[in-house]
Amino acid sequence: MSEDYRDKRLNVAPGTHVSVQKTYKLYIGGKFPRTESGRSFPVLDESGHLIANMCLGSEKDFRIAVEAARKAESGWAGQPAYTRGQILYRIAEMLEGRKYQFLDELQQTGATSEDAEHEVNASIDRLVYYAGWCDKYQQIFSTVNPVSSSHFNFSVTEPMGVVGAFAPEENGLIGLISVIAPVIGGGNAIVVLASESHPLSAISFAEVLNSSDVPGGVVNILTGRRTELIKHFSTHKDVNAMIYAGSDSADLKTIQENATENVKRVVFWKNTDWLVEDAQSPYFVMDLQEIKTTWHPIGGAFGDGSSY
Amino acid sequence: MDDNKRPAPSLQFKTDWEYSPAPQGTGFVKIKERYELFINGKWTKPRSGKYFPSINPSSEDQLTEIAEANADDVDRAVSAARNAYEKYWRRMSGKDRSKYLYRIARMLQERSRDFAVVESMDGGKPIRESRDVDIPLAASHFFYYAGWADKLEYAFPGRSVSSLGVVGQITPWNFPLLMAAWKLAPALATGNTVVLKPAETTSITSLMLAELIQEADLPPGVVNVVTGHGGTGTALVNHPDVNKIAFTGSTEVGKIIQRAIAGTGKKLTLELGGKAANIIFEDATIDQAVEGIINGIYFNQGHVCCAGSRLFVQESVFDKVIHKLKDRMETLIMGDPLDKNTDVGAINSLKQLRKIREYLEIGVKEGGELYHTSCSIPSKGYWVAPSLFLNVSQSSRIVQEEIFGPVLAVQTFRTVNEVIKKANNTPFGLSAGVWTDKGSKIFQLTNQLRAGVVWANTFNKFDPASPFGGYKESGIGREGGLHGLSAYLNYHKII
Repeated sequence: MSEDYRDKRLNVAPGTHVSVQKTYKLYIGGKFPRTESGRSFPVLDESGHLIANMCLGSEKDFRIAVEAARKAESGWAGQPAYTRGQILYRIAEMLEGRKYQFLDELQQTGATSEDAEHEVNASIDRLVYYAGWCDKYQQIFSTVNPVSSSHFNFSVTEPMGVVGAFAPEENGLIGLISVIAPVIGGGNAIVVLASESHPLSAISFAEVLNSSDVPGGVVNILTGRRTELIKHFSTHKDVNAMIYAGSDSADLKTIQENATENVKRVVFWKNTDWLVEDAQSPYFVMDLQEIKTTWHPIGGAFGDGSSY
Repeated sequence: MDDNKRPAPSLQFKTDWEYSPAPQGTGFVKIKERYELFINGKWTKPRSGKYFPSINPSSEDQLTEIAEANADDVDRAVSAARNAYEKYWRRMSGKDRSKYLYRIARMLQERSRDFAVVESMDGGKPIRESRDVDIPLAASHFFYYAGWADKLEYAFPGRSVSSLGVVGQITPWNFPLLMAAWKLAPALATGNTVVLKPAETTSITSLMLAELIQEADLPPGVVNVVTGHGGTGTALVNHPDVNKIAFTGSTEVGKIIQRAIAGTGKKLTLELGGKAANIIFEDATIDQAVEGIINGIYFNQGHVCCAGSRLFVQESVFDKVIHKLKDRMETLIMGDPLDKNTDVGAINSLKQLRKIREYLEIGVKEGGELYHTSCSIPSKGYWVAPSLFLNVSQSSRIVQEEIFGPVLAVQTFRTVNEVIKKANNTPFGLSAGVWTDKGSKIFQLTNQLRAGVVWANTFNKFDPASPFGGYKESGIGREGGLHGLSAYLNYHKII
């Protein structure tokens, strides 16, 4: 993989362009702040060279992100489903346009060019897939209920609100997107902790989001340590649901126990392979939906003059 | 004093204030001098050797001339569609089909102004409507159905589905591009290939759509456009290698098509005429209801199959509603479709103008009291001032028959049951409107009106996610929404 990349890095012949390194920051409320803690953790390439110092996100970063998500959530849920669909499609367009940046980043952290290409293409397709669901899952999972009394009774889906998530550890890009897309496609806002070992493309993906008409605060991306943040994600009282896309049963148990604090919905996505098409479905959207039922009288049952 | 009895104040319209013209420029629009047939991804001359003019109904100028497809041409188009079906489209994954449809949606959005201006020039509808309704809705239909292409297994529980094959689609002249989108988007999403036959007076935007589809690199033959008159449509309907016909147009022609394909095994959807009841209860918000009446019948010059052409007003508010309605009608600006102030444009064709005038005469002969606005009629083009009839009865022809023009028939009622009976008393059943503050009344009416769409405290709303289509002689099947998919699919038991 990174033979070319290393050559490029070390090319210091006179007249060559000395590259400008990117500062990877957090993505909160549509902005790119550094962690308030001032801490970082290194991401190294296979031969041990430093690629970037990632922000080591703190409890306070998380709390600020939840605030931003809460602020954005109602506006986002209130957007027409069709608009949400167009925005998700726009994210796909932006990702397609910046494909090479992502190929490069994935290869820097060890992916072969074939694997990187596969992951980026699948990521684009996943966004298009969920763009299509934005105005359709309601049509499949909502119902009109034939109650026996003279009432029009219907049940509709509604987003849960603010969702916290630990993205899958492997496949830093498609894992992250597979978590974000069904959550925001269903009208929620999300605070997601990126893969600890593959965090680079998460922050670059935030740049894609930031240029895709996604309102600030709808998606907030943190980098940092799961062990440090697990307690805060799972206990925060203004987080309505938490997705755990991992495989550590002890972590899951901790989350489930802490969730009782505010009866947080815990969603466990135990997919091991996020690259395959089986890792996408409207049921991922539905995992972050409530059902609301409305009763309304139908006139005429007692003659013309119903008083409702 | 009962608010409903108080005479509404009269509005004065005679002032020196006039709207300045706000014309939409047309300099950037490229209409070709001549359009050929779009068959197998190419523009080909018609075997008939004939071309017919397309006229701007607001100026009577010729915009272009268009190829007349004969039975040979239709046969070529159907073969191209069959070939594309077998070779490309049925084999392509839903995911890939969806990407092509998303492309079409995006490109339509990008070129929305071109399409809007041509739609208004070719069909006579106000630019505000083509710009804000026809074209954005057409794009959103492609966007919506694009998303279904790879999700069909979720739409029909317990069944797997497959495409039908080659679909013949015949569209009307009232919403030319929009109706093409309503038909093409679900057909393509579900894996069918198409031969589209647009209405002869308004073919241009369908041909522009063919150009766009070419630019979007759809495989050749997936969409074919054959232009022409009734004979072209007949050849398409009768072609033995067509698996399904989707038609939007008059009930009269719909019946001919239904008869023609009887016994052939072809599938059919029909979106036909309507005579919608727009029902105003005394507890309605009257000003909003009046807006709904205006929108219901004068939108698109009344060239709307679901137009609210029968108004039912509860007796207690009759005087007030009619007074306000006439006042509001008087403010409608009729004229140049390309002027952004225009509310009512030109009648689509001379033929339709004659038909509407005939109905106006019939209405008067039958004893109806005709009222129309005092707007001036341009010297050139085809125009009918917004009109309404009072003193009509259930048996009046202008109450029973579809006029497809800006002509409203007004009746009264006292009770809910009475208005339900009256509203249902036509052979049609496409749509209805209900205006009341009482929710229970709305649901009582939606329960009992024999119509495919009921608008409550609104009218003429359309959305790609919402099914549309009629009961009774207003048609068979639905377009739009999840239900619109089933028109283009075969179901199979999952083994």
